[in-house]
Amino acid sequence: MDLLIKIVIGGLILGGIYSLVSMGLSLQYGVARVLNIAHGEFLMIGAFITFWLQENGVDPLLSILIVGPALFVIGFILYRTVFTSIRLRSPNPGVFESNSLLAAFGFFLIVQNIAVIIWGTIPHSYSYLGGTVSIGGVAFQENRLVAAAFALAVGIIFYIFIARSRTGKAIRAAAQDASTASLMGVNINTTLALCFGFGAAMAGIAGSLISICFPIQTNVMGLGYTVIAIVVVTLGGLGSISGSFIGGLILGIVGSAVSYTKWLGSDLAVASYYVIFILLLLLRPKGLLGK
Amino acid sequence: MDFSKRDWKKAFITAGIPVIILVVLAFFPMYGWQYGITLFNHFLLFVVLSVAWTIFSGTTGYISLATAAFFGIGIYAAALVYPSVGDRYPLFVVVLIGAAASFVLAFIVGAITLRLKGIYFAMFTFGLVLIVRELLYWYEITVEGRRGRIVKFEGNDTIYYYLLAIAAVTILVAYLIKRSKFGLALQSIGENEEAAAHMGVNVTMVKVFTYAVSAFFMGAVGVIMATKWSYVDPGVAFAPMMSFSPVLMAIFGGFGSIYGPVIGAVIFSYIEEILKTGNWSRYYMLIFGTILVVTILFLPSGLVGLIQNVWRRVMGRRRASA
Repeated sequence: MDLLIKIVIGGLILGGIYSLVSMGLSLQYGVARVLNIAHGEFLMIGAFITFWLQENGVDPLLSILIVGPALFVIGFILYRTVFTSIRLRSPNPGVFESNSLLAAFGFFLIVQNIAVIIWGTIPHSYSYLGGTVSIGGVAFQENRLVAAAFALAVGIIFYIFIARSRTGKAIRAAAQDASTASLMGVNINTTLALCFGFGAAMAGIAGSLISICFPIQTNVMGLGYTVIAIVVVTLGGLGSISGSFIGGLILGIVGSAVSYTKWLGSDLAVASYYVIFILLLLLRPKGLLGK
Repeated sequence: MDFSKRDWKKAFITAGIPVIILVVLAFFPMYGWQYGITLFNHFLLFVVLSVAWTIFSGTTGYISLATAAFFGIGIYAAALVYPSVGDRYPLFVVVLIGAAASFVLAFIVGAITLRLKGIYFAMFTFGLVLIVRELLYWYEITVEGRRGRIVKFEGNDTIYYYLLAIAAVTILVAYLIKRSKFGLALQSIGENEEAAAHMGVNVTMVKVFTYAVSAFFMGAVGVIMATKWSYVDPGVAFAPMMSFSPVLMAIFGGFGSIYGPVIGAVIFSYIEEILKTGNWSRYYMLIFGTILVVTILFLPSGLVGLIQNVWRRVMGRRRASA
């Protein structure tokens, strides 16, 4: 029973953060059609901005209000300048996808190495809400529960925004068919750039929440989250925001189950995600909620 | 007009110049310039990787990011059958073993994933490198209780000759594939896969086989580089940068021709060598990323394409004025 609680709550903690990261990538890849390999690097930047603000006396949870808008602006400008120009020059969507993937890798290197030049490669951490809470007889760290709650809340608020607002409607239309949406009066360049910006902002917020719970490191932390987000987006179905949300939680529970199994351990958690990825590509490449 | 004369001239350029370059390079170690040989080893490594990448991805348009995986398989093959102590096969055989192992892995990966649409393929191959690395780390630490292996060290000259031979064969095979009916099938897949299938091309077979051939050469250089580094662990063997460097080199040079990736590889590995000798490696990566973005934005057909454009314009103007 203890093990079950450990797996489920631990899984939801991991999964909440995975969901947030993946919803961001889902917007960038599912709607804006950029397989953003630099996604995890935006997350890392978010984590380090929080770390830097925290050193200067800003509460880590409040720093979300700074990190989110800052990364939104970076993402919006990147898409509106670089990726829009690639998109307009590409003869077909396939060429755009591969060229934007490579450009995203360029940004991966640029962002990561700027961060390394500023913060070095040693792991950084700070303590925040260090106490523990007991759930069903199992102790969980306060900061992780708070981070997971915030991740879920941001995810749900964003989902409502996509489902209810006018901008959200435009985004959903662009996800279905960008060229038709533009014929219907959606300003497609701005909408796609908004998606990319929202994606970067969500990665940044996830980074802030991660920095509350785990040590952060400039040169290694990003890529792992990018891979996880790619798996989750495939699992949930391309362009499906709710799919990414649910997929993130599923992957979190699978990851924590593998981590707590005696002869497997947390080293193989990432490997298990990849096994899911392979099976998915072979059996149901559209994902769970894909059309 | 005398066509036979023009054909001879063309044949001399396509066959003669590479042969002359090869002969010059073959006598290169005789000068005894050790730093030069180290530098050329570095060039040849990336020439092989980027030309091998172009064989498959340049023509079909499927972006493979698994170069590091096939390269790493070669490295680990060397670690298993060419250790520093104990029995080992001759190096020549080891190169073939490493290459064959990569070929088999690529064949399996290709057979599983090449039915997928382009971008899924890129995602899959990108993850492949990371997963093989994680599994090997887990195996070495948990099962064997150690990390890394020692490969028998080879001298600079031996490595140079092996790399030169592999590079020559890679370029020759790339050229032959491009010239053949097989290359035509590849090109038609790159332009329109469905149409190619309707024309009677066995699309999956052609793709999988070519993918495996390109991995063959990546595995072969992996074996040789393992004997140069001598200590290998999963982090060294399966570094994601090794997947992206050849792609950038090929794009920067222009993968429409075989010369393009070669030129791109030489230029970039030279820049890398210069910047890495100082404490500049972080700036190298920064510059690398910036050039990648700029190339994609402004040089879609690469350096060779740019030169051809300029050349055509100059020649065109001359003809017009005559």
